Amino acid sequence: MTNIYSTAAEMAAALDKKEITSVELTKAHLERISAVDGKLNAFLHVDNQGALEQAAAVDAKRAKGESLSPLAGVPIAVKDILAQKGIPTTAGSKILEGWRPPYDSTVVAKLKAAGVVILGKTNMDEFAMGSSTENSAYGTTQNPWDLTRTPGGSSGGSAAAVAGFEAPLAIGTDTGGSIRQPAALTGIVGVKPTYGGVSRYGVIAYSSSLDQVGPFARTVLDTALLHEAIAGHDERDSTSIDAPVPQVVAAAKRLDVKGMKIGVIKELSGSGFQAGVSARINESIELLVAAGAEIVEVSCPNFEYALAAYYLIAPSEASSNLARFDSMRYGLRVGDDGSKGAEEVMSATREAGFGKEVKRRIILGTYALSSGYYDAYYGSAQKVRTLVKRDFENAFTKADVLISPVTPTTAFKIGEKSNDPVAMYLSDIATIPVNMAGIGGMSLPVGLADEDGLPVGLQIMAPFMKDDLFYRVGGTLEAALLSKWGKPILSNAPDLAVK
Amino acid sequence: MTLDYAAATNKYEPTLGLEVHVELNTNSKMFCSCATEFGASPNTQTCPVCLGLPGALPVVNGKAIESTILIGLALNCSIAPYSRFARKNYFYPDMPKNFQTSQYDEPICVDGYLDVEIETDEGPKTFRVDIERVHMEEDTGKSLHVGGSTGRIHGAEYSLLDYNRAGIPLVEIVTRIIPGTGKYAPQVARAYVTQLRDILRSLGVSDVKMEQGSLRCDANVSLAPIGSGLLGTRSETKNVNSLRSVERALTGEIERQANRLEAGMRIIQETRHFLEESGLTRPGRSKEQAEDYRYFPEPDLVPVTPDAKWIEELRAKLPENPADRRKRLQKEWNVPDSEMNSLINAELVDVVEETIKLGAEPTRARTWWLGEISRLANEKEVAPTTLISTAFVAEIIALITSGDLTDKLARQVVEGVVNGEGSPKEVIEKRGLKVVSDDSALMVAIEAAIAAQPDTAERIRGGNIPAAGALIGAVMKATGGQADAAKVRELLLKHLGQG
Repeated sequence: MTNIYSTAAEMAAALDKKEITSVELTKAHLERISAVDGKLNAFLHVDNQGALEQAAAVDAKRAKGESLSPLAGVPIAVKDILAQKGIPTTAGSKILEGWRPPYDSTVVAKLKAAGVVILGKTNMDEFAMGSSTENSAYGTTQNPWDLTRTPGGSSGGSAAAVAGFEAPLAIGTDTGGSIRQPAALTGIVGVKPTYGGVSRYGVIAYSSSLDQVGPFARTVLDTALLHEAIAGHDERDSTSIDAPVPQVVAAAKRLDVKGMKIGVIKELSGSGFQAGVSARINESIELLVAAGAEIVEVSCPNFEYALAAYYLIAPSEASSNLARFDSMRYGLRVGDDGSKGAEEVMSATREAGFGKEVKRRIILGTYALSSGYYDAYYGSAQKVRTLVKRDFENAFTKADVLISPVTPTTAFKIGEKSNDPVAMYLSDIATIPVNMAGIGGMSLPVGLADEDGLPVGLQIMAPFMKDDLFYRVGGTLEAALLSKWGKPILSNAPDLAVK
Repeated sequence: MTLDYAAATNKYEPTLGLEVHVELNTNSKMFCSCATEFGASPNTQTCPVCLGLPGALPVVNGKAIESTILIGLALNCSIAPYSRFARKNYFYPDMPKNFQTSQYDEPICVDGYLDVEIETDEGPKTFRVDIERVHMEEDTGKSLHVGGSTGRIHGAEYSLLDYNRAGIPLVEIVTRIIPGTGKYAPQVARAYVTQLRDILRSLGVSDVKMEQGSLRCDANVSLAPIGSGLLGTRSETKNVNSLRSVERALTGEIERQANRLEAGMRIIQETRHFLEESGLTRPGRSKEQAEDYRYFPEPDLVPVTPDAKWIEELRAKLPENPADRRKRLQKEWNVPDSEMNSLINAELVDVVEETIKLGAEPTRARTWWLGEISRLANEKEVAPTTLISTAFVAEIIALITSGDLTDKLARQVVEGVVNGEGSPKEVIEKRGLKVVSDDSALMVAIEAAIAAQPDTAERIRGGNIPAAGALIGAVMKATGGQADAAKVRELLLKHLGQG
């Protein structure tokens, strides 16, 4: 029986066999959203009518026997940072309140073309700046595992929607870990594809050289199906790669790692990581060895500078990317009473429209790019970026993929780190190097930490445009974990509907 | 006691620096596919990219790169194998992203020169103007400030914004400082801009219309006491909308600066605005405090890496330098400066050359284009080249040369062609404009004329050759003007024993 707890692949198969219609499936998810989203606050906008219309259109096509994409009729949640024509798109910021884009981002256009039913837009840290969704101007999202905890961020709404069975699939963006970290904290799969693997056209930019769109799902195969649906070259994005999309679906189904070399990054293990996190990672390593992989230890000595460099590069680019929010053409306008000049109105709008963390990063980035400081800050950070890239290149001469924990800890309490930006920034220490190098990485749920019963994520990283490799390893490990635990990790989460 | 221009340049040595902005005539904008047509209704040629909407991304126009490389090659520049775009960050309401995508420290063309010739007291003299760089950027939108007295943003009641121009490809051509021009500085500047305009026109990369702003010149000048070896503080004059204005603006600015220096005042580093009516400049924006544009490499665009082979192909395609070509043609045609200048000013050099190439006799080609065709064009207020094709002109001239048409008949043929009566052949046919060259037919008319004026005939027989005019006139009248007067004269004189 197909229901909201099924995987996307199961839903797609049931739709294909006409055991269920997309309208039924979509309605079930819309009902789930209205039942539980009061607790989660995963959605900023639910498009009931649009979703049902889209579902009906897919059903009609199927009834006519038209050939459909693999995920046609399956619902999805989209992070509110992707432009969707006519649908409110805020990037979690007050400054974009009321803006309805006149165009579709490439990823949204691809989803629509594939018949994937868009349920609505999900909550996020304002402009993707944050690791907990606490920086959203529209209230924080709660973790389905424990409503007093954060689902991580910045794509926390998308992760919570999938973990809370409001949607089987979701789109997120990952600039320093914003897909992988919330996936880890909510016990689902999240992938940051290779930079340039998925078009950024229509994705409101935070840090252009680091931002990447990616999939969330509850299984490796579902994640791969969504990955293939959104990936590929886009002539509207100069940085998108003009090469065939890695065969991630085939890789997810391969379930074989015999002879693969898996590198454990020395600098991302041991002290600094919660004991329960390290324990689950070590178990996973044993399972991979049992499946025939070879484990090697690799060293990435420059990773220790990656976090500091990230907090120069990302804010620098953000300070420029966010300059366009000036109240002139769209979004919020404050204080325009006819007596004030353009600059005064812009200033008042930005004061009221940008949150604290966004202002912090704009100021940080403006400073880092200033003449006289550029070389010391932005320039040095770019050098670190090159060194991090080189660390990965060296490591990949010794191993096919690399692994580490996704986060130092399991999901933290709401409010726990919101007044300590550096503690919050450290939450992304293991994910940032991947963005700096432009490669891809997966967050795979590998069990629950003994001390708090919360999910733990394993990060699998592969060389540039070899995203299929982490799907291959992730799929194999997922199967091994399933037979070890006897049921999916997510089935340990409390059922929100009955609470 | 104020210094006039002569006194000013007797005492002070001007140093020039010229920045020319050229709007390329590509069909689409620099970073999007919007149309670039001049004069369209406000904001009708815009899209998410050139409006800077959240999420939109730029893609470089390949044609613009080609045009810029052509300009660089024509100005003897090296073409960089690797160049990048950068963001120039500053706020202005007509700049949609609040940064301009431009090239900064990695321009596409560097280190060129242009030799310009001017008339001096000692005869023609050539100055070499060194080109520092040629780079690509995007134009801004246009503001119309309404309600203020000055048309400037300060004091305006409100402002209207038109983004049609936003994103139009611009090429900026920057000279190094041009020393040693002495009192000829304004002429050198004018000659430079003129030659540059001619080169750009010959390359076909821009409309080069200064009055429409597709060619704009910012003229920098500073003064220092002659022989001091010093470099004074410069001003930068903008709004110079014609070649004549380049010369006037610099003359006025040199005079102004000299008089300030004479009065013991310092020159303020600022932009100045040229006032067409008075020939004076008024102060604009101060540049005393260098503005910090926080340049950094544009992360949304990949570097420009033109293929060496492609560059050589473009180099092979370069048209002859217009100045060299003019000299060559003037020599080939053996015409005085005054006539050459008339052809240049009337923009007829190309058509005359083409008409000659099609076999027309050179002197006739020039006289017909400059004379009858220009006269008709003047009447109709259009360009001569739009009236009639070079092939038709060549055909008509060939008929004159062969004696099949007289000048008078040919004028009627041209008129017929211009009026759309068909090809020269068809006009001759329809209007019956063939020269009467049948000797026996002419002899009948000549004998009739002699019979009518026997006294005149007698005087001619007696050696009074000029008296022949009256008889020739009578023959021409009798033949309706279709006889060749020279032929009539020859036959008449022979008949009367004077041949």
